[in-house]
Amino acid sequence: MAQSARPLSPHLQIYRPQLTSMLSITHRLAGVALAVGTLLLVYWLVATASGPAAYAHAQAFIRSWFGMLILFGWSVALFYHLCNGVRHLFWDAGYGFELKTAYASGYAVLIGTAALTLVAWMIGCSMLGGS
Amino acid sequence: MALRSTIGRVRGLGSAKEGVHHWWAQRMTAVALVPLSLWFVCGVIRLIGVDYATAVAWFKAPLVATLTVLLIVATFYHAALGLQVVLEDYVHDEGHKIASIAIVKGLAALLGLLAVISVLKLAFGG
Repeated sequence: MAQSARPLSPHLQIYRPQLTSMLSITHRLAGVALAVGTLLLVYWLVATASGPAAYAHAQAFIRSWFGMLILFGWSVALFYHLCNGVRHLFWDAGYGFELKTAYASGYAVLIGTAALTLVAWMIGCSMLGGS
Repeated sequence: MALRSTIGRVRGLGSAKEGVHHWWAQRMTAVALVPLSLWFVCGVIRLIGVDYATAVAWFKAPLVATLTVLLIVATFYHAALGLQVVLEDYVHDEGHKIASIAIVKGLAALLGLLAVISVLKLAFGG
């Protein structure tokens, strides 16, 4: 079967990017990123279970600029996927399909992601400073 | 006109022969992960800067160990289901598709079990 010449829908080369379509593909990208990011969670749990030396090693890695960068990206991906996931659950239940509502909930997801990330890192940084 | 057989409709099975199980499992793990992941993030933030003994002690509380194991199981189940859909969408060669999905599910089982065993070791360890 010659499938290769079949046109794609939406035709990505001429399809104008919109908030809704960008949030949609970002949801998938964030999900894949989180799946890869579970490696960090597993590493941290294994290190904690393995003893003080391994734990210190893991903490040092997470505290490094590279570890912090991964952790920051991980937190953004988590909060985004969580907020947009709740948006998807409302759609699954049959609510929020009107264009206006879909845009409003999209902006709400962006604001929620920024707010949750900001609050988490503010509390995290204050914990670091306080100890 | 109904094109599906009566028995197929009664069993709720589509062409995939599993009905809506994949879809439903993905939604149920998603619902479970909303409170679980928020709880875990709060818990881990409180561990920032503490020494090793304090971090280990956190996992010794039965509720913490239970919720963490639940989080791990729901996370890797949800991730495996999600990655499966991504691979089904983008990997067009049937052999590659089956192989990549099998590898992803195997890795999810391996990493999930590794994480669960680590938490149980912390919870039960001396």
